[in-house]
Amino acid sequence: MKYAFFPGCSLESTAWDFDRSTRAVCQALGIELAEIPDWVCCGSTPAHAVSPALAVALPVVNLQKARELSLPVMTACASCYARLRTANFKVRSDAGECRRAERITGRPYAGETEVHHVLDVLVNHYGLNQVRAKVARPLAGLRVASYYGCLLTRPPEVVAFDNPEHPTAMDELLAAAGAEPVDWPYKTECCGASQSMTHAKAVGRLGHKLLSMARQAGAECLAVACPLCQMNLDLRQADAAACGPIPSTPVLYVTQLLGLALGIAPDDLGIGALTVGAGELLAAKGGV
Amino acid sequence: MPDPISWQPADFLAEVQDRAGTPVSACFQCHKCTTGCPMGPEMDFLPSQVMRLVHLGAEAEALGSRAIWLCASCEACTARCPMEIDIAAVMDALRILAIERKTAMGDTRGKHFNRSFLGSVRRHGRVFEAGMMAAYKLRTLDLLADVGKVPGMLAKGKLSLLPHRSGSAKQVREIFRRAEKEDRQP
Repeated sequence: MKYAFFPGCSLESTAWDFDRSTRAVCQALGIELAEIPDWVCCGSTPAHAVSPALAVALPVVNLQKARELSLPVMTACASCYARLRTANFKVRSDAGECRRAERITGRPYAGETEVHHVLDVLVNHYGLNQVRAKVARPLAGLRVASYYGCLLTRPPEVVAFDNPEHPTAMDELLAAAGAEPVDWPYKTECCGASQSMTHAKAVGRLGHKLLSMARQAGAECLAVACPLCQMNLDLRQADAAACGPIPSTPVLYVTQLLGLALGIAPDDLGIGALTVGAGELLAAKGGV
Repeated sequence: MPDPISWQPADFLAEVQDRAGTPVSACFQCHKCTTGCPMGPEMDFLPSQVMRLVHLGAEAEALGSRAIWLCASCEACTARCPMEIDIAAVMDALRILAIERKTAMGDTRGKHFNRSFLGSVRRHGRVFEAGMMAAYKLRTLDLLADVGKVPGMLAKGKLSLLPHRSGSAKQVREIFRRAEKEDRQP
């Protein structure tokens, strides 16, 4: 198995731990990643709020670069994933969008490059049975709330690897790693990350709502698959707690939790980079 | 709010539908978008009310609303609309129109954030967080927000003081230039 890896801007800065843990997990499972040379920003939320032409052209440049590698793309960031998939959806379904993107990038592109999220790759391409066979240190007794956020499952006609209202891929992956995923209702409620600089108070309210519900459902930590959700719920957890008391709740990348179960050293997964440390919780669970 | 009984010319509705590429007129006010909107409590007009403002041709109210800038683009509304209206795309179209038509905006932070973010991408080919944050703070004069988080981020290697430049930064500048040209065409 081999993929053209699109890290995206967050993974080389605020989410370097997601980058490290994604690469470590893939290496341990024998999934080869070739980073797309000279990749550029996907444009994220600001591009589609400002320029429809730019919002398609920036992802298309990356998809053209990946096409040269003759590999499907794998990305870990949910926002990059949604933007790359949306660009593909538009150039495939709208000839005008396709021609405009080709004019802007100066090269042909008709949606040839497939795009997958790391969660999709692990659960649906690699397979849960194969993951289970590689688990060396099960996350026994660790109660986790799988948090998918907004862009991993929406809009369904564009992303479509899991149920948009009740996704289960992350829960199944964590169960395969030996953890106990809890049933909770806010799996796909948005955390407001795109507004964290512009409307911090509203975002604190959303963080509080999510973290307190996860706690009420019995979770000891959250698993996420998006660098923006992670930063919002971990780095800004104090803002959430300002809306009402919540116990400190570690927010880990699903790749960090899976990596621990595969027996990868915490340093090689960037566990120390969390703002709300997970060391105590993990030690209490037998040093997983 | 305009008087809902006095029907307005449909120019604004047509313009928004054309820009967003979605049938806003199909909205029958079921409020499903509003019920699932995470930012609803902070909005002046709720998403279903924004759709209604567009129906009524209430351009100043729609483009001047805080709601269009509070939208977090989470697409819960788009995914759930029974009439398959891409409501998140309508919010984008309204933001773009508000800037184009220089409407008095109810909230300018989104505009400044988007400019700061895209300015960083245009320059480096990738986002340079520290530079983007500094540019945003200078534009909004919101200088103290999040300052307390910076030392921790630096200590954990989560904020770089130097940009990560893409080898394709030059190509990105050309793409911005051409996209602007395309956006200007009707």
